[in-house]
Order: sequence, then C-alpha cells, then structure tokens
Amino acid sequence: MMQARGELPNWVDAGLIPLINLAVALIASGLVVLVIGENPFEAMWIMIQGSLGSLKGWGYMLYYATNFVFTGLAVAVAFHAGLFNIGGEGQAYMAGVGAAAVGLGLDFLPWPILLPLAILAAMAMGAFWAWIPGVLQAKRGSHIVITTIMFNFIAASLVGYLINYWFRPVGKMAVESREITGAYILSAREVAREFFGVRIASSPLNFSVFLALIAAWAVWYLLWRTKLGYEIRALGANPAAAVYAGIRPDRIIIIAMTISGGLAGLMAVNEILGVQHRLLLGYVGGAGFVGIAVALMGRSHPIGILLAAMLFGLLYQGGSELSFARPEINRDMVVVIQGLVILFMGALEYAFRPALSALFYSVGREGNQ
Amino acid sequence: MTPAIELIRIDKRFGSVHANKDVSLAIAPGSIHGIIGENGAGKSTLMSILFGFYHADSGEIRVKGKPVRIKSPSDAIALGIGMVHQHFMLVEPFTVLENVVIGAEGGTLIGPALSRARAELTRLAKDYELEVDPDAIVGELPVGLQQRVEILKALFKGAETLILDEPTGVLTPDEADHLFRILRTLKDQGKTVILITHKLREIMAITDRVSVMRRGELVATRETKATTVEELAELMVGRHVLLRVEKGPSKPGETVLEVKNLTWKDRKGIPRVDNVSFTLRKGEILGIAGVSGNGQSELLDVIAGIARPASGQVIFEGKDIGILGDPRHVRAEGLAHVPEDRQHRGLIGSFDAAESAILGWHHLDSLGKGYRLDRDKVIARAKVEMEEFDVRPPDPLLKSSKFSGGNQQKLIIAREIKSNPDLLIVGQPTRGVDIGAIEYIHKRIIQLRDEGKAVLLVSVELDEIRSLSDRILVMFAGRVMGERGPGADERELGLLMAGVSKDAA
Repeated sequence: MMQARGELPNWVDAGLIPLINLAVALIASGLVVLVIGENPFEAMWIMIQGSLGSLKGWGYMLYYATNFVFTGLAVAVAFHAGLFNIGGEGQAYMAGVGAAAVGLGLDFLPWPILLPLAILAAMAMGAFWAWIPGVLQAKRGSHIVITTIMFNFIAASLVGYLINYWFRPVGKMAVESREITGAYILSAREVAREFFGVRIASSPLNFSVFLALIAAWAVWYLLWRTKLGYEIRALGANPAAAVYAGIRPDRIIIIAMTISGGLAGLMAVNEILGVQHRLLLGYVGGAGFVGIAVALMGRSHPIGILLAAMLFGLLYQGGSELSFARPEINRDMVVVIQGLVILFMGALEYAFRPALSALFYSVGREGNQ
Repeated sequence: MTPAIELIRIDKRFGSVHANKDVSLAIAPGSIHGIIGENGAGKSTLMSILFGFYHADSGEIRVKGKPVRIKSPSDAIALGIGMVHQHFMLVEPFTVLENVVIGAEGGTLIGPALSRARAELTRLAKDYELEVDPDAIVGELPVGLQQRVEILKALFKGAETLILDEPTGVLTPDEADHLFRILRTLKDQGKTVILITHKLREIMAITDRVSVMRRGELVATRETKATTVEELAELMVGRHVLLRVEKGPSKPGETVLEVKNLTWKDRKGIPRVDNVSFTLRKGEILGIAGVSGNGQSELLDVIAGIARPASGQVIFEGKDIGILGDPRHVRAEGLAHVPEDRQHRGLIGSFDAAESAILGWHHLDSLGKGYRLDRDKVIARAKVEMEEFDVRPPDPLLKSSKFSGGNQQKLIIAREIKSNPDLLIVGQPTRGVDIGAIEYIHKRIIQLRDEGKAVLLVSVELDEIRSLSDRILVMFAGRVMGERGPGADERELGLLMAGVSKDAA
C-alpha cells in the first residue's frame, strides 16, 4: 500500500524531466559559448536555423537522426533484457563490411534484389558482432560491457585491415573501397530525379529514414506484442522471476544481443549504402555512442528514441552550421555542447528527480487539503 | 510516571498515502509494549519516525518528557533508542566484537575500542543472558545468535529503549523462547522494549501493554492481561475474523508425486537437500515445516524444475520431472508453483498486473497464436482472475508493485490455481499478508484439495502448517527429521525443527 517515495506520474517522468534536463544542458552550453565571447542566443538561433530553416537542413537533420534511431534502438533492445550493449559502434562498423561485400560482390544483380541482400548482410554482420559477446556473457559470464567495448576496438582494427587489403582497389590512394553503384537509388535526390524528374536540394537524406521508422515500429511490436518480447522484458526487469517462469536467461541474452547488433548494423545501410556509396575508414563516427544517450533520453521506448534521435540530429546538423558561421565556435566547441547535452540527458538523467519529486508532493498535498 | 517515549499527534503522508494519521502513543518505562497491525497499517513507518529514518509531517516526540528532534538514526541512538531490524544490519565477515563497535570506534586506532567493547560484552552477557563468543565470525553464526549480536550492538551504544521489528520471523520456537527470556530480563533491569509483530500469540505471551494499528491509525491500546486474541484480531482487521481454518477430513486418492532419495548440492558442494523421500497423494495437503533456511526452499526449486537435482528422482504422475530441470516443461505436466518470495520471483514489479498474471504461462496458445502475445487476451484473462480472487483494486493495468502484499499474493495464487494444476506447490503463502487475505488464501488452498488436487505446502509459520496440512514433514539441515499428523504437539514439532529426533535415521 505504501507508495514508493520516488514515484512520479508518467508525464513528469517521460516528459518534464527530459525537458528540464535539456533546458539545463542548453543553459550550461550557453555559458560555455558566453565564455568564448559569443552570443549564446545567436548561436542557438544559428543551430536551429541551420537544421530546421531549410529543406537541406531538414535533410541533414533527418539523415543524422536515422543513424541515431538505429543505434538507439540497438541499445534499447539490449537494455530491456538488462544488458548494456555499448558495442553499437563496432557492430555498425562491421555491418559496413557486410553491406559493401554484397553491394560490390553481387553488383551484377538488379537493385531490387541487390539492396535487400545488402541490407540483410549489414544486419547479419552487426548481429554477428553482438552475438559473440552475447554468447560469452550467457555461457561464460564475461561482462557484456567489457566485451562489447573490446569488440569496438577489434572491429576498428579489423575493418581497417579489410578495407586496406581487401576492398581498396589497386592503385587507389584513399583507404576506401570502390563505389557501390547499385545503391545510388536509395538517395532521396536520385529518386526525385529518376522517377519524378525534379531536382531537390542536395542532402544525404535517403530511403533509410523509412527503414528507421519501420525498425522503430518493429522493436515496439517485438517488445510489447510478442512472447519473445515479454521474455526479454521479464529477464531485464527481474531475472529471478524470469527463471521462475521458465525463461532461459542464456537463450534470451544471446537473442537480445543478436537483435541489438542487427539494429546497430542497419546504421551501415544509411551511411554506406545510402550516403557514402563506398566503405571507408571510421564512418561510424561516434553514432554508436550517441545511441546510448538517445536510448537513455528516449526511456528505451521507440517513440522516445525517435524524438531523441531528432534532437541529436538537430544538434549535429545545427552544430556543424554553427562552426561554419562562427569560426570562434569551432568543431571542438560543438562537440563540447553535444557532450553537455549527453551529460545532462544521460549521465545525470535523474539529477533533478528528488527535488522535483519533493516539489510535486508538497504541491500535491496542499491540493488535497 | 513520565513515559520513556511519547509520540504526540504524529502525522505522515507519502504522496496520496496517509501512513500515520494523528498517532499518539505513550510507552511506560520498564515495560514491554507491543505494536500490532496488518501489513501496511503504519507500524513500521511509526517506528522509522521514532528512529529517525523518516520525519513526521507534524507531531512531537518526547523522550523522558523532553521534546526532542530526531533527524537521523544517530540522533536516536544518542537519545538511548536502539533498533533491531527485521533484516539484520551486520557485516558478515567481521567478528562479533568488530560488529559491536561499528559506529562507536572513537578514534583512529581500533585497539582501545575493541578492548573496551570486550569488557562491556562480558558484562552484558552476564546481566542479560546474552552469551556470544566475541571472536566468532558473524556470518558463521546461526540466525538466533546473529539477532543477539544486534541486541548487543544496541545495548553497547547505551540503548535504554529497544525497538524490535518482527524479531521472531527467523527463529525456531526454542530460539524465540530464549529471546523472550532476554526481553524479560531487559525489562527487569529497567529497559523499555517496543515489540512490533503481527503474531498475536507473541503479544499475549510477552507484552505488558499492546497498541493496535489499522490503516495508519492507532485504534486501541490495551493492557495485555485485559484483552483476548479474538479482540485484538478484530481490532486489527476491523471486523470479526475466523482464526481457525475450517476443513473437513481429507480423502486421499492415488499418488501424484513421489520424491525418491532427492539430493541437491549448492556451489560449494554442500547438500542443501539431503536424501529426501516422500509421497503425496491426490486430495491431500502435505506440509513441510522447518526453520527458514533448512532446505525447504531448495526442495521446492528442485520440484518446480528451477534447480536440477544432484541425485534422486522427482516422479510426477509417473514421469521423472527432475531430469527435465525446466520449469516450463514441469508446468506443462500440470504443476503450478506459488514461489516463496513473491516480490523477488512471483511477479515483476514494473510490469502491469495483467502481465504479471501470465508469468510462467505466457507461452500458452490461449494468449496469442505462435510468437504473438495478444494484449487484449492478456488483459481479459487478468480481469477474470482478479475478479474471482477479489484482488483489489481490480485494475489489470495498475503496476504490480502498487498492490499491497496480500493482493499481490492473491494475484499469484489466482494465476497458479487458474492454470488448473494436478499439483500445487506453495511456499510461504501468507508471509507478509494481512489477516483478511490469509483467511481467503487458506480457503482457496483447502478448496483445491477438496477438488481432489494435491498440495505441497512449505511454511515457516508452524500455526499455518498445523491448521492446513493433512500430514506434516519436518525438515532440518536438508533432511527430513520425521513425519507427524496435524495434531502433533508443538513442542514435539519444535524439537524436530531444531534437529532433535528420536526417530531420525
């Protein structure tokens, strides 16, 4: 009967607290901008204008968001099973190898066959790279946080080697593969030109954005409308109860990690097939880690993740516009701002919770009397 | 005479829950004062306020007539109030001596404090019958002695008033008797004891005065001599309750479960279930009595398929289910399991009631074909169960953790009984459950037996075992010490629970 002191209504937990965290993050960032002698309001305006003020800006914002939806969903699925998969970075990187191998190796196939195969190959490689730590956790008890971190490093070296010695055409100086010509069709600009005969602003936006929406829905369906999802959530919420219920933790850990890796792998579809059209070094660029912040901020729910991914997309796109417009605020400064947002949204997620809870109750009590 | 402790108009809310409503209570010095009430009645909140864990929204506390402000447990200790918690607060790898001086080290070097404590312990042991080897490792002591260490800790810090929260839950009848002797000695030496419990018998046996709490209010204070068990029960629940379980004679049928030479070993290779054999027939309730931690939990786990036996067989309707080692298959064979620890295992606090109400049965086709889980069917099923078993509030969308202990337990019992099992295994069906719900849960278990189903009941409440079971097995140190009928006298069962047996092999 006794209500836990920390209980807050849903709208406070999922709505108000993230907004307060965001506001504090923006204030802290504003102070940083102020210290280097720029006007924070102006800087913020440039960021918003740069991402939401034009079609091109929207294109970039959604392109970044697409990456973060995939990596965010990956973190969320593992998190529901009680696992902290911080290997999204390496899983997405390995997925690029799968996408490029199929995209290049089978490029004699027409695109309606080639692309689904390449997408599956990307998922399979991502899934494989998460499956190994999953098995190690389930069967050997190796901690998933440690193994997935280490697998990020292994992936970084391995993919570098593969690009250099397998994918790089003879005589090419840049460390990258040749072009995956069959994948151009994914880009929004190409579709507009090819099928509708119109020219639209150049942006990296591509078909993957729909794939992100489908993935978000699929994750929701998996977790809340299937027996497997029930087992994943049961294991994450209460392992002892899951064992009592006949749910096998080792099996669920491996399955959840595999799904998680597959989702992270989809990031390669956006980046390699959709935008770069070639496999290149370090293309993941931290999206795997941003996914952790996105999942935390989105409360591991697909809708929250979509919103959080768009916020981070805005920060990325607005941030690069800002570094163009105000040379004082260079690229590193923008990273600092993004870091502050991650700090307040992710690491200090619950910093304001006790105060808010006390405030909420004192107001609530007066309301009752 | 000035009261040792006086609580005046204490009021405390947690959000919408009014945990203590205008509670006033005076405790006479040198007396044993019982506080009794159902779970969630506010007894623990009240004592937590006195000990400085919570702060009252309004009201006053007086110690020996002086108004005081108790902001933390250290304030309470400084005022001579000590508390022995239900779950001990001991550092297990430390010795008794080291545990006693925690929080009273008084300097950089530990040596002087330890030798002071050693002298003090010898004195306390003599005065209060509190003998414990000061150099024993606490983790290696039996629970009864660990509890003594807790009491010593409080006395060492100068406690004049001692609060004990449900102290007998983990003790054998013998150990409980010893505890009561200690409490009486403490009283004779002028200390004041506050005893929180839900066991009416203890109140009658040891207290001088008793206060009854119900829904946050202190409804009555009585001289123990001038009241009866029936009156107290009625005050606690607010209506007349049946303390006796009504059941007819059992009509046992064919054998359902046969456990043969079953042994289960823990990770260190120590047998926790040691060569246990028994049979259970249709239409009978077999009770397993024993002090908690003597292998009953492990026995239930092996039968339910959660743990795999080291040797021996669990034959259920002719099939050895022990080798399956899989709760899902065991359920499919027609066994239902109400686990001992509902918070930890029986349900998932963060899931809504509807989802908790399918735990273990979630793979059934009636809840969605194949891989799918049909949300509407899950909710509909929960609604039916909640109505039939009177789970309050009957809201399938409410989070499981928001139900009271009794209602959580009813939800679990509903889930398991509605699966229509041939055998129901039940661990501690009424631990932490209020009297009203206990009555109901007992009724349902007996009803199941009368339908010709078999029930295996494990409980540390001897009263519960004796009133429900048709046969009683007593376990001690993983072994079955003997079998008795329901009419066996308490002393005899108590001896078996303590491992003293004339007929043990």
